[in-house]
Amino acid sequence: MRIIVLGGGPAGLYAALLIKKSQPAAMITVYERNPAGATYGFGVVFSDRTLAAFQEADARSYKAITESFVLWDAIDIRYRDTMMRCGGHVIAGIARQRLLGILQGRCRELGVELVFEHEIADLSELPPHDLLIGADGLNGLTRRVYEAELEPRIVLGHAKYIWLGTDKLLDAFTFIFRENEHGLFQVHAYPFAGERGTFIVECAEDVWERAGLARATEAESLAYCERLFAPDLAGAQLFSNRSGWMSFPTLTTRHWHTGNVVLLGDAIHTAHFSIGSGTKLAMEDAIALARVLEQQPSLPQALADYQLTRQPVVQTLQAAAAESRVYFENMKRYLRLDPPQFAFQLLTRSGRVTYDDLRTRDAGFVRQTDLAYTQASGAPVASALALDEPISTPLHIAGLTLPNRVAALAEVATDGHHGLPGPGFEADFVAAAQAGPALLLASPVAVSAAGRVSVVDAGLYADEHIAAWKGLATQARAAGATAVGIVLSHAGRRGAAHAPSLGDMPLPAGSAWPLLAPSAIAYEAGSQTPREMSEPDMAQIIAELVAATKGALQAGADVLGLHMAHGFLLGSFLSPLSNRRGDSFGGDIQRRLRFPLEALDAVRSEWPSERPLLVALNVTDCAHGGVDPAEAVIMARALREHGADMLWALAGHTVAGATPPYGAGFLTRLSDQLRNDSGVPVMVGGHLTNANAINTVLAAGRADLCIASRAMIRDATAQLAPRQRAEGLMEQNGRPVGHRVKREVIA
Amino acid sequence: MRIAIGLPSTVPGATAHSLLTWAHRADAGPFSSAAVLDRVAYDSYDPFITLAAVAGVTNRLRLATNIAIGPLRNTALLAKSVTSLHTLAGGRLTLGLAVGARREDYDAVGADFRDRGRLIEQQLRTLRQGKESIGTPGAMPHEGPRLMVGGSSDEVFARMARLADGYMHGGGPPRALARAAEKARAAWEDAGRPGLPEIWGQAYFALGDDDIITAGATYLKSYYAFVGPFAERIAAGLLTSPQAIAQLLRGYEDAGCDEVALYPTSGSPEQLDRLMDALAKLGVSREPAS
Repeated sequence: MRIIVLGGGPAGLYAALLIKKSQPAAMITVYERNPAGATYGFGVVFSDRTLAAFQEADARSYKAITESFVLWDAIDIRYRDTMMRCGGHVIAGIARQRLLGILQGRCRELGVELVFEHEIADLSELPPHDLLIGADGLNGLTRRVYEAELEPRIVLGHAKYIWLGTDKLLDAFTFIFRENEHGLFQVHAYPFAGERGTFIVECAEDVWERAGLARATEAESLAYCERLFAPDLAGAQLFSNRSGWMSFPTLTTRHWHTGNVVLLGDAIHTAHFSIGSGTKLAMEDAIALARVLEQQPSLPQALADYQLTRQPVVQTLQAAAAESRVYFENMKRYLRLDPPQFAFQLLTRSGRVTYDDLRTRDAGFVRQTDLAYTQASGAPVASALALDEPISTPLHIAGLTLPNRVAALAEVATDGHHGLPGPGFEADFVAAAQAGPALLLASPVAVSAAGRVSVVDAGLYADEHIAAWKGLATQARAAGATAVGIVLSHAGRRGAAHAPSLGDMPLPAGSAWPLLAPSAIAYEAGSQTPREMSEPDMAQIIAELVAATKGALQAGADVLGLHMAHGFLLGSFLSPLSNRRGDSFGGDIQRRLRFPLEALDAVRSEWPSERPLLVALNVTDCAHGGVDPAEAVIMARALREHGADMLWALAGHTVAGATPPYGAGFLTRLSDQLRNDSGVPVMVGGHLTNANAINTVLAAGRADLCIASRAMIRDATAQLAPRQRAEGLMEQNGRPVGHRVKREVIA
Repeated sequence: MRIAIGLPSTVPGATAHSLLTWAHRADAGPFSSAAVLDRVAYDSYDPFITLAAVAGVTNRLRLATNIAIGPLRNTALLAKSVTSLHTLAGGRLTLGLAVGARREDYDAVGADFRDRGRLIEQQLRTLRQGKESIGTPGAMPHEGPRLMVGGSSDEVFARMARLADGYMHGGGPPRALARAAEKARAAWEDAGRPGLPEIWGQAYFALGDDDIITAGATYLKSYYAFVGPFAERIAAGLLTSPQAIAQLLRGYEDAGCDEVALYPTSGSPEQLDRLMDALAKLGVSREPAS
């Protein structure tokens, strides 16, 4: 078999040596346009997991690589002239030049022909071959020639960056954040060999323009960076190596092979440098390619298998890299955080590292975070020996102090009848209270019979409802909840549905009630078309909200909520997907906000200022043309000005079936954006199932209050059950206090 | 956690006698349901016809499609089959529906692969109407079939939470099931559904000597050939010892699985004996599950 490899970078050399190793009879030639010793770029980093794969693939080069490593375990974060250090992260770096030297040596040893300083301008120049491996990088010839077959796509990042080197002695992976009159600059720096380190400077495009770097020469850029980071460099220098400012190009390619041509590494995919994975991916591609060529005798089948095996892995990593890229592009968002929280936020950005993980890696770092969190909450630090975790830290909103950061959401639609919460609801409500949440919320609670989602929804629109909620609030407090909140809602076009035990199904025409909405657009095909609201309809809704607010006050609620999310009536005014009105209540964001703000004003004027008012808001509709996070931030600020004390970050359901991708903590990225861009306190849920998840959200400043998942509440209730049961029996004359407990009695 | 017995309806060459013997004997065993898979372009039995026959030789077991590929079928005829089967089986049907992943099954019936998402939504809605939908048997039990959704894309979980009663996972190690179950619960709670969604898992077993195990792995590689090299990973997950079964059951239970279907890789009823022996050793009663 005759194989030609274009490109003598890590991908091409590693593929050549591995294939030659498994098929010694293969004739392999590598063409590289640069001289053997030349290299662009500085250091390369690998994690321990990648190294294990190298060891398995070729033990000799693995040994040489690991012998050349610089290993370090700390990450330093320099921000606001303080330095936060977090240890316990194992990272290995090597000079790119050294890596290439090792791979070249190994290729020669095995009999791979290496041709340097040989630029291929046209593929027809190549000698006859059975397989062409395109390892010629981002701008390589192979992909350009087969563009039509491979279907590549390049998307440019919004930030500008420059790849520099430094002789500053680095002993850790170092992030530096510096603001000057032009804006925020950040550095990703890491050691790779002896006295050298990689030093990547990044900033937003407008900052780059303002700083005059768009027109600066290489030397001027270098001087600018040296000046800016002088306190961090402490006399050390920066170097460039044909460096220029770039927007990071993310390359994805639909097909990785065509005919007898196959590509790997940067020639088919790139991943943002902030997760340091370009070389790792390229070398793993080489391992996979060598393996399929060895195992699969048919070349077309082998190449198909190569893509099937590698593409999903690369896509997952590219998704993580894209998230990381966007994160750094929006770093300005976090400048309001104090240094410990800023550092915690940065270290947990991927969503894969948690509070407990960091505590295992570096307990001292987490103690600093805990201390700062407690101090920021205004709570006295009784003893530095026994610090509270963020979840156990008090929260002050309006005149209310919550003793911890956990809220619970009761299942409202269980067995209501004419809006009256039934015994099943009562049992759930009290059972949730037993877990000891700081805030127990009932949501959504309808402000009228027509405002219910389904016939079993609870409401607050009759005297008997007020009495029922009063009883519920008293029981909940006795059972363990500190505060009780009622979130008022009108279902709008999502009303007249079957009980939620059946799912999202509209009632048949015979039993449905007429629906109201900003525009006469049905929630989905097959559901009822609502009537477009008139101004008298709006006045009616506001009157209902005001009456329900008075009712909530009479019932003794501590917190009042207003539901403006999930496509319910007020939320459907906010979204252009459901609000197509041509009058002053529809159109641009200010007009779409008009009715929801009028409703908020009316409610706020009835609700005492010392009691918190919470507004549920969609951060995104998850649908094209709907509300996006940037718009939600504008809405958040307006809601704050009109008296909302806290927002509840939600997403989706404006259009049937449009939701964020689900998983543990699926709303926390959105709450992070809402909170840190708007400066308004935020509550978030989204399936937070344990204290570790909640601590991670709080310590990173992604929210101020967390809703525990139903399963977490149930577990907590079960743990407390023996004690609670005894007390409950005494207090309530033997009446069991919740179905969870009841079940255990039976068991 | 309940244990369902998979029937060998997609194992090439399985005879009618062996299928019905499996089901009949499983009815007296420790299983909660009898479950079948669905393929068109593969040597296999139709899931609904199989379950109809199984309904006639069983009294107790629930009958489950795990899953049936909905969009391969016309919606009205699917609803007719489902409601008829549910009625004939005395209300024992658990219907798992998914879009499937095999393009060749769509080509084989001339169905539009690109339209599969819309079609399955329509089918779930129709089936959800139960007795209210058109042309159902008058004697249909008040409670319709339990509706489950399978698949792994992001939309699947939202669809499940809106239109079904639970989620059927496609197999894999306990960690994979745990992750999927987490998505299902997140979607469920977000959609305002009461309680928790029902979660199903599935796994393949081959118990006996090396020949049986090799034959089992060969079957899985052929059945999953369409996923390319990933078929090797699926075959590697084959449970080949009582110990492996014990570990999987433990892992699934910890991950919050409500029912797991164990599928044979051979049609021989002797495999059922070996499975029941293994389960008995694990302390699962030989008596019918209550």
